[in-house]
Amino acid sequence: MSLLSLSGVKAFYGPSQVLFGVDLDAGEGQVVALLGRNGMGKTTTIRAILGLTGRRDGEISFAGMPLRKLKSYQIARLGLGLVPEGRRCFATLTVAENLTVAARPGAWALPRIYELFPRLAERKGQPARTLSGGEQQMLAIGRALATNPKLLMLDEATEGLAPVLRQEIWAVITRLKREGQSILIVDKILAELLPVTDSCVILERGRTVWAGEAGALTSELQERYLGV
Amino acid sequence: MTREFWINGVLALLLLAAPFIALAFGESFYVTLATRVAILALAAVGLNLALGLGGLVSFGHAAFFGIGGYAAGLLAAEGFTSMPVIWLIGAVVAGLVALATGAVSLRTSGVYFIMITLAFAQMIYYFVISWPTLGGEDGLSLALRNEFPFVNTLKPLDFFLIAYGLLLLALFIFARLRAARFGAALEGARQNETRLASLGIEVFPVRLWAFVLSAMITSVAGALYADLNRFVSPSMLSWHMSGELIVIVLLGGVGRLFGPVAGAAVFVLLEFALGGLTEHWQFFLGLILLGTVLFARGGLLALFAGKAHHG
Repeated sequence: MSLLSLSGVKAFYGPSQVLFGVDLDAGEGQVVALLGRNGMGKTTTIRAILGLTGRRDGEISFAGMPLRKLKSYQIARLGLGLVPEGRRCFATLTVAENLTVAARPGAWALPRIYELFPRLAERKGQPARTLSGGEQQMLAIGRALATNPKLLMLDEATEGLAPVLRQEIWAVITRLKREGQSILIVDKILAELLPVTDSCVILERGRTVWAGEAGALTSELQERYLGV
Repeated sequence: MTREFWINGVLALLLLAAPFIALAFGESFYVTLATRVAILALAAVGLNLALGLGGLVSFGHAAFFGIGGYAAGLLAAEGFTSMPVIWLIGAVVAGLVALATGAVSLRTSGVYFIMITLAFAQMIYYFVISWPTLGGEDGLSLALRNEFPFVNTLKPLDFFLIAYGLLLLALFIFARLRAARFGAALEGARQNETRLASLGIEVFPVRLWAFVLSAMITSVAGALYADLNRFVSPSMLSWHMSGELIVIVLLGGVGRLFGPVAGAAVFVLLEFALGGLTEHWQFFLGLILLGTVLFARGGLLALFAGKAHHG
């Protein structure tokens, strides 16, 4: 049974429709990549799952539970952890406070997060706004893990980071996958993304146009849907 | 230890030392002035919880200050003169009123929140002045100060120490709340509600509890204020009072632990020093507030202690 399933999802920002029919399935323990050019609806899909868009239609269910009537905080509590685009930590809170505010009981207690990101342990008492971009990204991931999510959603987690830092983040994602964490991921750099991905979903103009195994994503498909 | 820590310590000691020094010079009037500082600071610590940590600009905290005051006046008239009992009853009533008004007001935000809290406070104000049992426009007077175990509350110094002790207790509660997960969630909600919701935290109850606690602390200050003056005036409920509390928090430093203490000290000293020269002393207060907001955002504490760690 799939952990997260979207079928015919439509979403609106005010009067304008942004998603016209997104289908997506993410199985337990899988890494699913959400692909598409800029503005095709990847972030909106993630926001729609969490109920952060305005009106939304279609079927969304998580762990067998329909999400349509739930509020954002209730959806998050079911076990959806978001690492939002552009990092977005709580700027004035310290690293430790950013993590504790999110914490829910489970395997990901604070010491384990500090072990995953030793740099966060060093900067425990510092306000998040004084961290570098890479460190803020680690904090955003740590914060999402602190909620002990069944499904971790990463929206452009490596965007704007130097190659060394990107590799650090990818190493963490690889480790999480190995430990059985289910992940839904949006990223632009296919060469780095595909090796950790099990299956892909491609969006174009707010619709799912292709879905399949990562291995089946031919260069012809990449050219057609993702090429610039 | 940060610089702010030392400045806080100095402020606490100065306020404690002031009445002793005043008494050494035989000037018991200044003890009353220091007591006024402690009481207004206590009321502002309450507001600082909602305004500073939660970003909830309540323009109706006079209601809670007044509820504490009227609790003291009414209970004393009925023969209940134990201060702790009065504080408790006042705080419970203020908390219930905050729970009811907060449940409505917190569905709005920004300028609507300011206006709806003001509206509730004005309703309570007009309700009180039009009800004869509550003294109407004349207020209530207390024959004696209420009682506190083992202390002669009519002695200025003893009464000051009660107010000072409560101020320290409120500051301790504020510091603990800020360091707790509750405080972090409250600050997080101020910065970005949806981000907090996407972590699985419901924003509304966090804010509501902050508002209720804030009201309860402010109400205790109101009870002390009634005892200080041995008089409960409807002006304690008026919107000027709400404004003064906001001014005190802004002057001292929004969200700073000792912001309300610094703000209340400056406010009372200005009122005393300039009030003797001109009855339009608030004109100068206005200028100082303008200067603070324009050039020392984060208040006087920011001026001396640097940028806020939280803020």
